[in-house]
Amino acid sequence: MQIKLWINDREFEDEISPDTVLIDFIRSKGFLSVKRGCETSNCGLCTVYLEGKPVLSCSTLAMRADGKHITTIEGIEEEAKEFGGFMADEGAEQCGFCSPGFIMSVLAMKKELKNPTEDEIKKYLEGNLCRCTGYMGQLRAIKKYLESQI
Amino acid sequence: MKVVNKGLRKKDAMALVTGKPVYTDDITQGSSLVVKLLRSPHAHANIEEINIDKAKNLKGIECVLTYKEVPSARFTTAGQSFPEPSPYDRLILDRRLRCVGDPVAIVAGVDEKTVNKAISLIKVKYEILEPLLDFRQALDNEIIVHPEEDFNALCDVGADNNRNLCAAANSESGNLEEEFNNCVHIVEQTYSTRANNQTMMETFRTYTNLDAYGRLNVISSTQVPFHIRRILANALNIPKSKIRVIKPRIGGGFGAKQSAVSEMFPAIVTMVTGKPAKMIYSRKESFTNGSPRHEAEIKVRLGADENGVIKAIHMYSLWNAGAYGDHGPTTVGLSGHKAMTIYNKIKAFKFNYDVVYSNTMWGGAYRGYGATQGFFALESAVNELATKLNMDPTELRLKNMLTENQVGDTMPTYYNEILNSCTLDKCLIKAKEMIEWDKKYPYVDMGGDKVRSVGVAVAMQGSGISQVDVGAVEIKLNDDGFYTLNIGATDMGTGCDSILAQIAAECLDCEYDNIVVHGVDTDTSPYDTGSYASSTTYITGMAVVKTCETLKNKILKEGARLIDRSIEEVDFDGQKVFSLIDDKNITLKDIANSSLLGFNNYLTASESHHSPTSPPPFMAGIVEIEMDKLTGQIDLIDYVAVVDCGTPINPNLARVQTEGGLVQGIGMALYEDIKYNKDGRMMNDSFLQYKIPSRLDVGNIRVAFESSYEPTGPFGAKSIGELVINTPCPAIANAVYNATNVNIRTLPITSEKIVMGMLENK
Ligand code: FES
Ligand code: FES
Repeated sequence: MQIKLWINDREFEDEISPDTVLIDFIRSKGFLSVKRGCETSNCGLCTVYLEGKPVLSCSTLAMRADGKHITTIEGIEEEAKEFGGFMADEGAEQCGFCSPGFIMSVLAMKKELKNPTEDEIKKYLEGNLCRCTGYMGQLRAIKKYLESQI
Repeated sequence: MKVVNKGLRKKDAMALVTGKPVYTDDITQGSSLVVKLLRSPHAHANIEEINIDKAKNLKGIECVLTYKEVPSARFTTAGQSFPEPSPYDRLILDRRLRCVGDPVAIVAGVDEKTVNKAISLIKVKYEILEPLLDFRQALDNEIIVHPEEDFNALCDVGADNNRNLCAAANSESGNLEEEFNNCVHIVEQTYSTRANNQTMMETFRTYTNLDAYGRLNVISSTQVPFHIRRILANALNIPKSKIRVIKPRIGGGFGAKQSAVSEMFPAIVTMVTGKPAKMIYSRKESFTNGSPRHEAEIKVRLGADENGVIKAIHMYSLWNAGAYGDHGPTTVGLSGHKAMTIYNKIKAFKFNYDVVYSNTMWGGAYRGYGATQGFFALESAVNELATKLNMDPTELRLKNMLTENQVGDTMPTYYNEILNSCTLDKCLIKAKEMIEWDKKYPYVDMGGDKVRSVGVAVAMQGSGISQVDVGAVEIKLNDDGFYTLNIGATDMGTGCDSILAQIAAECLDCEYDNIVVHGVDTDTSPYDTGSYASSTTYITGMAVVKTCETLKNKILKEGARLIDRSIEEVDFDGQKVFSLIDDKNITLKDIANSSLLGFNNYLTASESHHSPTSPPPFMAGIVEIEMDKLTGQIDLIDYVAVVDCGTPINPNLARVQTEGGLVQGIGMALYEDIKYNKDGRMMNDSFLQYKIPSRLDVGNIRVAFESSYEPTGPFGAKSIGELVINTPCPAIANAVYNATNVNIRTLPITSEKIVMGMLENK
């Protein structure tokens, strides 16, 4: 089937099979920040924005994005760098494989929640797994980042 | 120190946090064959007939391989120095299938759909054999997992395939029975730890192609590129000179990638077809056929006198190798040698073990490398001893364990190495203060069914493998005076590229940014055994120190020559070589630039390092939990870890290593457990069923350092990466006991087991 969508404001028109999963479509267009970590929608590595809202691209069909706008971390590099700097200062990215999906979720959270408590932060990001860092460094980075935004 | 002991950003940090395409699958985009496996549905079977005709003829399929088409010499996939202690007990494809998921056929084609279709078209007739699933029954069982005649143990590890024995040994000293006879208190218990999956976020993956010289190029997510070169040469039966291995950024390893898991399959496809090939393990495959922690059953006998002085320890470890022996003979050793060494004042010890084959998934290396299992057993036994003595378990430890006072002592259970550095006593005392142990031990009643209790454990690990690990580096002086640090050690997220650059910058008196790090390409990188055994900072770090010394001398010599002074008359401050007798000088930039012109010397140095010792880092871990005594539910409140890793080269990275290791340990303690059904198929093969800790599960974690100075390490550093996974299992078990009087001796520590234990106590 034919779909047309925008990834980071670039238009893509393509013939796809109906079972094409969004993550594969996005990666095939060269947006390689988007990672797969599971087949069961449990890890959050594949998080992208669909019309500005975070979704798991591994469990979203590409055709669902027909006519819509997708954002990956490549599309919000400046924001990612800003928050990423706080991560880097904590050493809170180790292997970094979870970082793009995690950062997408953090930046979405920042828009959605006003002055979130520690519990709210953890709850919002629960679906973003990280096997390297033990989460504490990420939390320190988030807190410092949110403070810097006030 | 200007650069060392600073929490600098990792050199790759900004690339990683902005999602740059730096991992295996990212840098190998473009057409390549998709490689997948038909895997055995049976835990034990022989292939009677296999028909691949239909699969082969499917449009888009380039190659289908069975056991008939692969080389027939056995090898091991364990990434270890040659001769590997792990027996040569496998083939790329074998007629005999030894566990569910063992590969039956390799299929390569243009895309995933076609390959899946082809796999479904392969017809196999299996001779189904009775599987040996319970490793406790494996020794001398009539079912033999490796009956083959060409089974080959290169090292004398006590292997005997006719007895299902992958390895066995015994070591002891002192008069054990006499010491036990004189003990007033003896704890004798059996502890069980389960197989855990590393679940690094990037699953196993490998890309292969042939280069312009017809050599096999391998880009792989591996911790051990140089070992992969040898393993592939063995597996494919081709000369090592025909293989080049490149390691890009890695999405985590934790030991899983210290084995060749995915490498052989695309490699043989490329050799057969001449075409680029890629294999990406699904999460499910990474679960069902990865290289998890070995399941173990450890018997501990521990004796003390009336004052609680521990006199004798006997540990026996029964180890499940699973279908193949990767890392079996070596991980098991750490279960005793590392654990017992903490109690170095004992008068007698015995440590013996059997590593047995069974028809379950083969094990591998997982952070802690066997020590983790041993520490759960021994530290739990020590906590049980404290109960018998009616003594605070922290007091019992302070009385018996290694402390700063014992620096200089020989450690008989630790290959007779000498203790050079230790602040374990300070670690434990600080951890007690941080958690307010004296106020909280054993528990505080919170009202209702809730109590908050504390639990303790101490641990150590090594720093590299003495006399085995080798790390070499090369440093080149380039235009304008920047340096390239060429390493063979593999940064897998640990930050070793950055840590080694920090060491180099400190030694060469330059900015951290003036060091460019390059690794790893087996064609150009200096040899390194790889990143495992907590070796990189300690071993390769020393190679950096040595190389900097050599290079500095060359810079001095060249600088002196250029300003017409003798080498005794000059010094180097990182910026310039200057005369000590007058004001003549020449900048590093000028030396560097002139070194690229004729008549002058190009400046580069390379040194390697190995170590006769493996100095242990130490730590104390104390956990506070909230226990619901009605349901047995555990909530983690606080985890305090105080670590002696010598000088932390980068305190930020050391801290995050500690936090990450603790959380993996918490997962192991509370729920991670590879489970099989009665046919030997892994049941919990997804994150849905095999739960790893999320950020809601871990409570608060606080890390502090009590640094000693290790004279044999770079700037006093020891290791940290593995140590930090060792305390959660015994500490949490201890906290559960302090809340409920129930000793959980079989991991994971579940609510059901706690409730059952409380019922039994009544
Ligand atoms: S890849 Fe795991 S949730 Fe999408
Ligand atoms: S940094 Fe490796 S998984 Fe999060």
